[in-house]
This record gives sequence, C-alpha cells and structure tokens, in this order.
Amino acid sequence: MAKFPFSAIVGQDEMKQALLIAAVDGSLGGVMVFGDRGTGKSTAARALASLLPPITAHVNCPYGGSKEDAERYPDVCGGGPLRKRPVPFVDLPLGATEDRVIGSLDLEKALRSGEKGFEPGLLAKAHRGFLYIDEINLLEDHLVDLLLDVAASGENVVEREGLSVRHPAKFVLIGSGNPEEGELRPQLLDRFGLSVEVRTPEDIETRVKIMRLVAASERDPEGFAAEWAAEDEKILKQIARGKAKLAKLEPSQDILTDAAHLCMAVGADDLRGELTLMRAARALAALEGARSIKREHLIAVAPSALRHRLRRDVLDETGSTARITRAIDELFG
Amino acid sequence: MTGEPAPERLSSDPLNDAQIAASLFIQSPLSFGGMVLRGSAPARDALVAAIAQKLPTRRLPAHVDDERLLGGIDIAASLAAGRPVETKGLLAEAEGAVLIVPMAERMNEALAGRLAQALDDKRVALILLDDAREADEGPPLALMERLAFQCDLTHSRERKASLKTGAALENAPLDDEALAAIAATGAALGVHSVRALIHTSAAARAHAAISGRGEAERADLEAAARLVLAPRATQLPPPPDEPETDDAPPPETGETPEDNSQQSADQKLEDKVVEAAAAAIPADLLAQLAKGLAPRASGASGSGQKRKSGLRGKPLGARPGMPRGGARLAMIDTLRAAVPWQAVRRKETGAGSDSPLIMRKDDLRVRRFEEKAARVTIFAVDASGSAAAARLAEAKGAVELMLAQAYVTRSEVALIAFRGEVAELLLPPTRSLTRARRALAELPGGGGTPLAMGLNTARELAHSVRGRGRTPSLIVLTDGRANIDAAGQPGRKQAGEDAKDAAKAIARQGIDALVVDISARASREGGDLAETMQARYLALPRADAKTLHAAISSREPA
Repeated sequence: MAKFPFSAIVGQDEMKQALLIAAVDGSLGGVMVFGDRGTGKSTAARALASLLPPITAHVNCPYGGSKEDAERYPDVCGGGPLRKRPVPFVDLPLGATEDRVIGSLDLEKALRSGEKGFEPGLLAKAHRGFLYIDEINLLEDHLVDLLLDVAASGENVVEREGLSVRHPAKFVLIGSGNPEEGELRPQLLDRFGLSVEVRTPEDIETRVKIMRLVAASERDPEGFAAEWAAEDEKILKQIARGKAKLAKLEPSQDILTDAAHLCMAVGADDLRGELTLMRAARALAALEGARSIKREHLIAVAPSALRHRLRRDVLDETGSTARITRAIDELFG
Repeated sequence: MTGEPAPERLSSDPLNDAQIAASLFIQSPLSFGGMVLRGSAPARDALVAAIAQKLPTRRLPAHVDDERLLGGIDIAASLAAGRPVETKGLLAEAEGAVLIVPMAERMNEALAGRLAQALDDKRVALILLDDAREADEGPPLALMERLAFQCDLTHSRERKASLKTGAALENAPLDDEALAAIAATGAALGVHSVRALIHTSAAARAHAAISGRGEAERADLEAAARLVLAPRATQLPPPPDEPETDDAPPPETGETPEDNSQQSADQKLEDKVVEAAAAAIPADLLAQLAKGLAPRASGASGSGQKRKSGLRGKPLGARPGMPRGGARLAMIDTLRAAVPWQAVRRKETGAGSDSPLIMRKDDLRVRRFEEKAARVTIFAVDASGSAAAARLAEAKGAVELMLAQAYVTRSEVALIAFRGEVAELLLPPTRSLTRARRALAELPGGGGTPLAMGLNTARELAHSVRGRGRTPSLIVLTDGRANIDAAGQPGRKQAGEDAKDAAKAIARQGIDALVVDISARASREGGDLAETMQARYLALPRADAKTLHAAISSREPA
C-alpha cells in the first residue's frame, strides 16, 4: 500500500521541521513527539521514511550493511553483491521483549544443528533507517535505556546467553507519547535530540483540508501518491542537498555566543543542550541551503532543541515553550 | 446492569444505532477499523452473529501471547520432529478478517500495541466486546481511538439483529460544505482527534451508500456524526445562539442575496449535524459532561498498571517448565539440562536418531524474573472549610513535589479529596504531572469534613491497587475534626465514630499509612486517628509545602 505522502501532511510544521533535521543529521539523537492521539505523529514519521532514497546494502547482510559496515563488522555481515533496498522503518511494538529488540540466540539453528547462532533483533533491522516507538512513555524503562544507548553509540553489543556479538545499529529514534498518560523520566528525555509538541489543528479550515486529503488518499492511494510525488521529490532533493552541505557549515563565533546566551537564559545549562542547539541550527541551515548558520536558524530550532531540557519547576505553571520564547524575545528581540 | 432507567430521549432501542453502525462497518471494515460493543446483552451476540454472516471473523482471546499472535517456532512440535516447525501467527491467519476480542477491557497494553499496528497497516479489523462494569474501565485507549464506532448495548432488549447492505462505496466524495459541517461538529463536541473526523466523513459516505444515494445528504451526515462523534464527545456543544468564532466565513465584499442564503444554509447544516450528534451522546457520558468532568481522563489503561508477571525485571535464573503463557524458554539452561543425558538417550532410542541433541519435555527450562512491585502513594486530602482555609495550598504543593519525585522513582500518585458530603477520587493512580496538576488546580475547598468517607474511599483504592500487584501507601492530610458521617449526614458524634471505624478498617488491612495533622494547633483528634489507624503521626502546624514534602519523603522508602 502506498504510504501517505510527507508533503501532503497539513500543518504540524514544527514536527515536520524536526523530522527533516533528524533526516539530515542522523547523529542528533532522534526526535521525541508529544501530543494527543490522532494528530498524525506516526503518519509523518512513516511518510518520511518512505520518502528517503533507497540505501545500497549487501544482499546477504541481515543488517542492511553498507560497504563500510562490512569492513568494520566482517563477522556479522553476510556480504554478497550490493543492492538497493528501501530505508528501513521499524515500528517497535509496546510489548516488545528485550530478546526481540536486541536479538537473541537463533532457536532454529540451536535446534537443528546444536549450533550457537545469533538471530538479529529489531535494532538490526532499523540500521540505517528509523526506529519508531509509539507511546514510548509506556515502554519498559530498561528498554528505553537500552534504545537510547544504542542510538547514541550506533552499535549494538550483545553479551548474553553465551553470545558475544557486535553489530552496527545506526538509526534515527523517533518516540511519541501523550504526557497525559505518564511522563518519560527526565534523564531519558534529555537524551533525545529534539522534542516537539503537536496539537490537533483547531481551526475548521485546516481540519476540512485534512479530511479531504485523507479521503482522496483512501480512495486511490497510488494515484494520490503520484499526485504528490513531485512535491515529495522536492523535499527529497532538499534533504540530499542538506546532507551534502552539512559538513561544510561551521558556526561563527557570534552564533556560538548566541547559543550559549540562550541556553543560560532558559536554564538549560548542560553541554548537551548547547551542542544539540548548535547542531540542529546547522542542520536547518543546511536544509535551507543557507551559506552560513544564522541567528534565525538558531531561533527556529531553539524550542525543539531545548524544550525538554529545562529544569522543571513543578510549581511554575508556565510551559517550557513559553519560557524559551520569552528568553528569545529578551535576548534577541 | 446498573438498573438506571433508560433516558426518555432514547425512545428507540440502542440496537438500532448499533445495527446502522455495523451496516456501515461491513461496507469497508478495514478502513473503519472496527467497533467497540459495550454491555453483554443478547443483542450484542445477535449483532456479532449478523456481522459474522457477512464477513470472515475470528475470535482472539485477550490473553493471547506474542508467539501465537505473531507466529514463530512451535517448540513442542520442533522437539518432537527434530527440526524446526514454524507456526503461523493469528494475525497472519486472520489477514483481512475481523478479529473479535471478548473481554477487551482486560486487554494488556502490549497486545493493544500490536493490534494498533495491525490496524494502522489495515491488516485486520477489530470488534472489541467490552464487558466493563465501571465507567472508568474500558478497552485500551490506543484501540478505542482507532475504531470508528462505539455502541453501548447494555440497555438493549432486542434479541435479533439484521444488517443493511448497499452498493459498493463508489459514490461521490463529500463536498467542502459537508466536511466543514463535520469539522464544526467535532469542534462543538470537543473531539480533538482528526482520525475521528476522517471516520465520520467515511461513515457519511457509507451511510449514503446503504441508503442508495449517490451523494451524501444531511441525513447521512447526521447519522455519521451520531455514530462516530457523539460517543467521543468531551464537552457539550455551546448553546446554538452563541456564534462560533472559528467557523465564521471570511467576510466577502459585495454579498449577493444568493451568497447570504448559501451562508445561512451552511450554518444550518452545521447546526443540524451538531444537534443530531448532541442528542445521541450516551446518557452516562452526558451526565459526566454536565458535571463538567472530562470523560475517560481516568481511563483504566493509563500509565503503569503493570502486572507481576514472569516476563520482565531482574533475572532470577531458570526453572523447569513449558515455555507457554508468555514464559520464555531459557535456551542455555535447557541445553545444559539435556546434554548429560545424550549418551543414555541415544542408547534408548537406538542409533537411528540423527538429531545431534535428543531433547525431552523435562529438559525445558523457562526464565524467571523478579519484578519490584511499584509503589502507589495515595493522598487523601481534607479540603473542608476547617482545613482548607489555611492549609490546602500547602497540601497541594506537597502533592506536586511528591509527584515530581514520583516520576523519577517511577512510583505513582493518586489523589482523593473529601469535603462537604463527598469523597472524590480526583486522580486515579498516575505518573502524569500534567494531569495531577490539573486535578489539584481544580480542587476547591470548603464545606464539612466527611472524614469517614475520605478514609473509606482511600481504603478501597488501596485495596484495588494491591489487587493489581502494587504496594499502596496512604497519606492522610486532615485536621481530624470529622463532622459528616459515613452516610453524608452532619453530626459530630456519629461522624467521629464512623471515622474511627474507617480508620480501624485501614489498620485491619495493614495498609501503610501516615496521618499528617494540618490543623493550626496540634490536636488530640489527629493523634487518636493515627493511633486507631496504626499509622505514623506527623503534626505540621506551620509547615509550608517544602517542609511538608521533606517530612513525608524522609519516611518514604525510595
């Protein structure tokens, strides 16, 4: 079935921007999306994955490894000729066991030949793609720990059941959840690169537009996708250009100072916040094809990059987003 | 059955609407996702049977495990055959069919997550049979949200159901006017999910199809709004006279009379649809909304609710057993158990066996895990006039601080307030700061002190928390001066005795408790209460939120 095209998603600009930034700079640490059900969180994440150009991978590699991966991890990659395959998008189900996530002893092999083999898990499947976790706040804590750890290191190390395996697992982690149903521990939250808040559009016009588009897509998914293919193609090119441009962009001293000031003003005082803010601004600048990173880029990504890092004052009713906007106004207004 | 009289405005049997919903559903089961059927009346069975005549169905027990659902290696068969035997999962077997889930209110979140994925991929449709007795129980919200229709058949007296069929869904898409009417109705009823609106528009088209119309008319929109939007309402529509700011069309220059009439027809369509939907809001929901309570905020399938299972937690080693019911095979331990016997078994079975390992059922080991029971701190806050004036704000602050800490330690917090003639569960066990803050902000003060009621409610909650395998601990913030008895009648003497009885009951159940005396001067009543309850006693005559929090958490095991 053809997926709903990314460019046909109405509104939700901050989420789309965050996803695109994550696609340009996969090492940012993923995106956490907070919001109600039925706001198009998973639609957007899925659409982005199917929008990206196919990757080249060894045919027999269960990890979808590239040439470099095969060189770095000769034991685990099955090799074979290089072929194109779509960017993986793995939907991690809520009840997933540790076995299924990190991989486990290959039961089939063990039963057939008594051999000890490794059966790759979902982390392996997600390599070079996206790992999407709906309702991440309901996921077992130790699994969330593990996921963030692997996402940060880009490598899955398995030491269990007498197995000792290392395999590449570089993916963009996308989590979503509804804060009304329990929150993510702050220690975990701040390891996500970006966080966005999505709301259902409340104005009638937007809602009508969404209904019209979805109805059109349900009636004729292929035709609808074809209609939007040109738009999607534009975004695809934009991402590709952004990726190429990323390494060439260096933040100026002024921008670094701005970032530091902003982080101090909102009280996101750890280094991770500053780094993420800077890198997200760089990715956005690359995405827009700008010559240099400007203050406007910094301001545009500040809410997503910092919102979840603010020290929480439980008695302060002001939302994090409001605090960031206020600080931006005061500093750069 | 609650025995409530059926409301007058629902003169027809609830089955009628359910039949229409089912007729729409069978038009395009995968795009509607499915139905939630509440109440175990004969009508429900009849309706399910009628659907089963039109569509392939399959029953899915709510306790199905992952292996059975998704497929995998059949261990028993594999061992017997000496080669891996694959089994197909239920989801794969039921591809494109309707899965009927009995007792869906007991479904765990893991299964709900899997099914939600299958729904999103349009692989199956679901019919959830919801036998919940309490208003706050129900199937997992992740599924409720994805299924188009929710019908309550509790009060149905019918025994037969029949469905309508119509032409295939080839009629015209809805025009913008119709879509705008649906969007406006959604907004008026406080339905925030766009998915619900999408379901509504599809339902309107399906309704037109079964009515033999090429294009959806007002009646179709009304029916769709009634079936899809009404059960999801979170607010009552604003009075019709009040103009809505959102949907006012942009002012046009040079309005012609025709334009005007167009516009008023537009308003009319919206109003009619809103009206139809509002009239169909289920009675219990209506009562809740009228009280100003948001429904389903207290959904039983919120955070946590983890059962003690042998599935996760700290590994404890393996024990003999079959890997079924979710217990996982401890492969290494199983092999270890089998290896020493190989020579013996090979002799027994003869040399004919070419399997490198001869396994027996007794060799199988399953893993065990230790899961620490989560702690739930229940606050019972005295919000009466005597306590409220000075201390309520501090109590609120302390609860918030506790909660902030709770989400770090992964424990949960619940909040009960008692004042006037009632004790209310304002916040069922949760980790959500957002919800807790809202519940606290809305907590009013004043009125009598129904201490006995508060204690009883707290005890019942503690009991049910325990039933779910978690450890309750109770913190009562009160001045101990009861003046409303357990039946809600004023009277200091009776109230005092009832409170004493309630406290004794807590002691009998051995619930870990703490009484925080928040009266201006330490009182005898508070101390007595703590003693009867076998609880610790803490007099905090002049504490602010922080001190209170420090005092509570110092005795709270982390």
